[in-house]
Amino acid sequence: MERKNRIARELDPRVPAGNPGKSRKIDRRTFLARGAAVTGVAASAGLAPGASAQGLAGQPWERVYGAAFIGYGQPSRFEQPVMRHIGKPYGDLAPGTGATLAPIESLEGIITPSGLHNDRSHSGTPDIDPKQHQLLLHGLVARPLTFSMESLGRYPLTTRTYFLECAGNSNRALAPQPAQVPAGAMHGNIACSEWTGIPLRTLLEEAGLQPQAKWLLAEGADSAHMSRSIPVEKALDDAMIALYQNGERLRPEQGYPVRLLLPGWEGNMSVKWLRRLKATEGPMHTKDETSKYSDLLPDGRALQFTFEMGVKSVITKPSSTMNLPRAGFYEISGIAWSGAGRIRRVEVSADGGATWAAAALTGEERPKSLVRFRLPWEWTGKEALLQSRATDEKGQVQPVRKAWLAQYSPAMIYHNNSIVTWAVGADGSVKNVYV
Amino acid sequence: MSTFERNAVVVLIAIAALAACASQPPAPGRPPAFGVAVGADEVARWDISIPPSGAGLPKGGGSARQGLKVYEEKCQSCHGAKGVGKPADALVGGIGSLASKTPQRTVGSYWPYATTLFDYVRRSMPITNPLSLSDNEVYAVSAYVLFLNGIIGENAQMNAQTLPQVKMPNRDGFVEMSGVK
Repeated sequence: MERKNRIARELDPRVPAGNPGKSRKIDRRTFLARGAAVTGVAASAGLAPGASAQGLAGQPWERVYGAAFIGYGQPSRFEQPVMRHIGKPYGDLAPGTGATLAPIESLEGIITPSGLHNDRSHSGTPDIDPKQHQLLLHGLVARPLTFSMESLGRYPLTTRTYFLECAGNSNRALAPQPAQVPAGAMHGNIACSEWTGIPLRTLLEEAGLQPQAKWLLAEGADSAHMSRSIPVEKALDDAMIALYQNGERLRPEQGYPVRLLLPGWEGNMSVKWLRRLKATEGPMHTKDETSKYSDLLPDGRALQFTFEMGVKSVITKPSSTMNLPRAGFYEISGIAWSGAGRIRRVEVSADGGATWAAAALTGEERPKSLVRFRLPWEWTGKEALLQSRATDEKGQVQPVRKAWLAQYSPAMIYHNNSIVTWAVGADGSVKNVYV
Repeated sequence: MSTFERNAVVVLIAIAALAACASQPPAPGRPPAFGVAVGADEVARWDISIPPSGAGLPKGGGSARQGLKVYEEKCQSCHGAKGVGKPADALVGGIGSLASKTPQRTVGSYWPYATTLFDYVRRSMPITNPLSLSDNEVYAVSAYVLFLNGIIGENAQMNAQTLPQVKMPNRDGFVEMSGVK
């Protein structure tokens, strides 16, 4: 990598040098090793130093030996700007409290790379030793049990693709004035992974869940011991004790070594770093299901236990802060999802919702997964208002912004699934607007 | 040995190997049950969740007068003097504001149960060192926050009996949507 960088710098002095300090030392060592390898190849092939065919096409990187193998691959250095959008409401006082949002404006397809998955944490990411960590299952069960991480790995596993959306996703799109930030910084508290784990039902049956148990208290081993109450019905339906994400063990930010996964429900309930499940008759009314994650209405009452994430979509390309360089063909691309199940239809408008065209879908056979939608579009160079509108298999339709706002108190910040509008200017600029 | 004979020998060896090693498809075995039984004493060390009934509240107690000292030492740097907030959430005020255009959601104005205060302070606070407060300290600082909101008196003892009986101003402000019967 440094070698490529060096060549690029030689060709163009504006290319910045790599990171200073430690990484540079490593790079120099790597370079020396590579130099030796190149010399060896040249010698064995019997080539004179400096000999090369003149006039043949070939970029600089085609004329030097490439980088050595590494144990864990990283994105190209040219993709380094593709990073999560980090929100720290308490700043450096609590730098692990808040959320990171997936850069959906830079991503394609359905699966979110694990390192770019959105991440909502209340007291930072704990550094959990899987050999020490235990999962306790107790309460209204015949046999209270603990599970080591090693033993959980021995159960039959299932693999599913599910989205995870923070209930507070798109709360920034409720600001009085539309923010001019990338789509992910507003709507990226959503991601989609392939999850592998144990159906929660398996463990509940092993412990002997008692009939009077209607709820499960789930608790994390982070220093907030974040906890939520979950209806047993969901636990016995499609809830998963997840161990793997996109084929590898869970990332620490995603709950390593074990998390709860409640497909389609507000992300907060999919408790990370799971340490305890307690079967109870009623909900615990934890801080995160009373003072937070409850939905304030205009009359001052609040809806409690609104678990399912609504049907939703957002155009990721083109989107806020992007620029269309010239009139002509563009593919409109975006993501859609519903906590109720499958996405049946996504429509796209270029005139603020007056007329709609059906987009092509990828992944629509998967319930509670992201779906990718795409629509070819010829931009004439005139002003346009781009919108997408998703419909799920239950017939639920994504609401317009005004209708959504009318349901709630001005202080409501959760479950915003309203239609997003991007305004394309005659100059090709793309802006976030409210209509 | 002819080619035919060599091949025949190879086939015979292969058949013998199959008979010895793989005479049956993999057996599914019994459903796994790898959970380890755990006793009530051990469960009690882990079970820190407190429902509105107060079940599981520990012994001990404290008053707002005692909680002031705990608050000033462990809470005030984030939650401000007398719970006014900044940089962390405000703990007092906003009672009666929920139906306005600028609702303030605090422990006093919004939280439906006082037991949640004990539960949350014990499990999560102070943010730099949770699980460090004694049960008496958690009762006392909970009492202080309730006192600041005008919900209990300065000398009222909060304990396993009294805390669940505290009626929070917004107790009836929630609409249950879970559908659990």
